[in-house]
Amino acid sequence: MKILVGYKRVVDYNVRIQVKPDGTGVVTDGVKLSANPFDDIALEEALRLREKGAADEVVVVGIGPADLTAHLRNGLAMGANRAIHVVTDEAVQPLTAARTLLKLVEKEQPGLVILGKQAIDDDANQTGQMLAALWDRPQATFASKVEIADGKAAVTREVDAGLEVIEAELPAVITTDLRLNEPRFIKLPDIMKAKSKPIDAIEFASLGVESHDHLKTTHYAAPPKRSKGVMVKDAAELVAALKQKGLL
Amino acid sequence: MSKVLIIAEHLGGKLNPSTARAVSAAAAVKADAIDVLVLADSVDAVAAEAAKIDGVSRVLTIARAENAHPLAAVLAPQIAKAAAGYSHVFAPSTTFGKDVAPRVAALLGVAQVSDVMSVEGSHTFKRPIYAGNAIVTVEAPAEHAVVATIRTASWPAAATGANSAPIEAVTTDAALPSHTRFVELKQGKSDRPDLQSASKVVSGGRGVGSKENFEIIYKFADRIGAAVGASRAAVDAGYVPNEMQVGQTGKIIAPELYMAIGISGAIQHLTGIKDAGTIVAINKDAEAPIFEVADIGLVGDLFKLIPELEAAI
Ligand SMILES: Cc1cc2nc3c(=O)[nH]c(=O)nc-3n(C[C@H](O)[C@H](O)[C@H](O)COP(=O)(O)OP(=O)(O)OC[C@H]3O[C@@H](n4cnc5c(N)ncnc54)[C@H](O)[C@@H]3O)c2cc1C
Repeated sequence: MKILVGYKRVVDYNVRIQVKPDGTGVVTDGVKLSANPFDDIALEEALRLREKGAADEVVVVGIGPADLTAHLRNGLAMGANRAIHVVTDEAVQPLTAARTLLKLVEKEQPGLVILGKQAIDDDANQTGQMLAALWDRPQATFASKVEIADGKAAVTREVDAGLEVIEAELPAVITTDLRLNEPRFIKLPDIMKAKSKPIDAIEFASLGVESHDHLKTTHYAAPPKRSKGVMVKDAAELVAALKQKGLL
Repeated sequence: MSKVLIIAEHLGGKLNPSTARAVSAAAAVKADAIDVLVLADSVDAVAAEAAKIDGVSRVLTIARAENAHPLAAVLAPQIAKAAAGYSHVFAPSTTFGKDVAPRVAALLGVAQVSDVMSVEGSHTFKRPIYAGNAIVTVEAPAEHAVVATIRTASWPAAATGANSAPIEAVTTDAALPSHTRFVELKQGKSDRPDLQSASKVVSGGRGVGSKENFEIIYKFADRIGAAVGASRAAVDAGYVPNEMQVGQTGKIIAPELYMAIGISGAIQHLTGIKDAGTIVAINKDAEAPIFEVADIGLVGDLFKLIPELEAAI
């Protein structure tokens, strides 16, 4: 079985995001970029399934500008067999990403697609569900445990009420939650090895993906700041302050 | 003319309060009609609850055995069909809504607006990105239906009780897949207030140190009638189950009182509590970032301070 993994590059989660004063975007110049944490988890899960013998090939997919190759090399260094780079300078919204992935799915015929449940830049949490809809296949979102057997995936999902287990026939789309696994660290020899692994570049325009019906972002603003409050010196003062506010 | 279809969230025959919050967002669209769609195996109890929410025009029900559990792959085709004639389809931004709404949007061939914080116009909304560190204004194309999830912490629940909207059963000819099956839901049993709607929440972090120590948090929460939450670190360490996580990838909540105990205040955690009324932080590290957002801060050892608080109340 082949597994396709979405591997997005985003502003590193440790960066404190600043909104540009003119409201046209957020500052990304010179800011550290990393793999979307959920996508690292997706890749790790795919690699573990391959190591267990449930899969024989792991393909990472990135959609982005020419310099995305360095990022895809990290995915290869982590252990993916090969990469597909859909080249575009446009920012890609979830529906377009899903349509793009569908094209690759049709070509690659994977048994499983694993994506992060959300990317920590736009926080949209849509692409996996949209791909599953367009592909007319099962979706198992927010996965914290995945077991593959007999052409089926048993997936434990983190839902508001607790843990839900569902069974999905393959092929299917799984999106990862944080507790699915802890991604491995990339070792130096792996970086060397990754240099010889193939990255297949495909021009976005050549895929014939519709991308007109989009949300337009007209303004960026910093969130309202919570003002710094008061410090109290002991438990009695805290209780008094809360009582005064009518909270106790 | 705006007509909003709201997908009701429910479990065990009870309507989730997030549905009434989505009704508030629909009212902000200045909708001419707000209909609530209930998909279930037996719909009556949930539909009756939904019909009481102020502002609801009609409750539509689709009762099918396949709808016994909220499987997105099964619900989405029915919702997409039912959405015909509506200008907006809203679902709460809970794990239920996040799972099903994008599947509906894709079936309708439209983009989705996730986590609507405010309605600026019938097709213009504000939503958070980068864990809430930026707020964007987005415009959805006027010629399509808007599919959106509603960030529940940004909206009050619409009042309930005075309304009695008509309830109508609808049928769809949507073909339902059998490729996805529900197996089980492991639900933490708790008599405490519900984390997502509680007016008071006490959360513990890695500083609490162990599952056993978390009893201190539970006991204190019970004392003041609060729900209990946790940081990701506390969940990852196995102190508490996942449904208690507050933050960017957990629950986004807006209680009147939020007490963060032994929590450092990482941005991903703060995202979940930005709309809280009063934030109290208890941490032994005076430099912890949580104090930058706390309304009331107390520096000290939680194991010493919590018993003192209990004594002082
Ligand atoms: C993609 C992504 C998503 C994430 N989503 C979330 C999320 O949804 N929610 C979330 O919470 N985190 C999330 N995180 C994790 C987040 O970055 C932090 O790692 C986490 O919130 C830290 O939890 P903590 O504050 O409990 O632990 P720590 O940061 O370790 O803080 C523990 C605190 O306890 C204090 N302490 C220790 N002992 C005592 C004592 N005896 N008395 C008083 N204080 C004490 C310490 O001073 C310290 O400040 C996410 C991270 C990533 C990368």
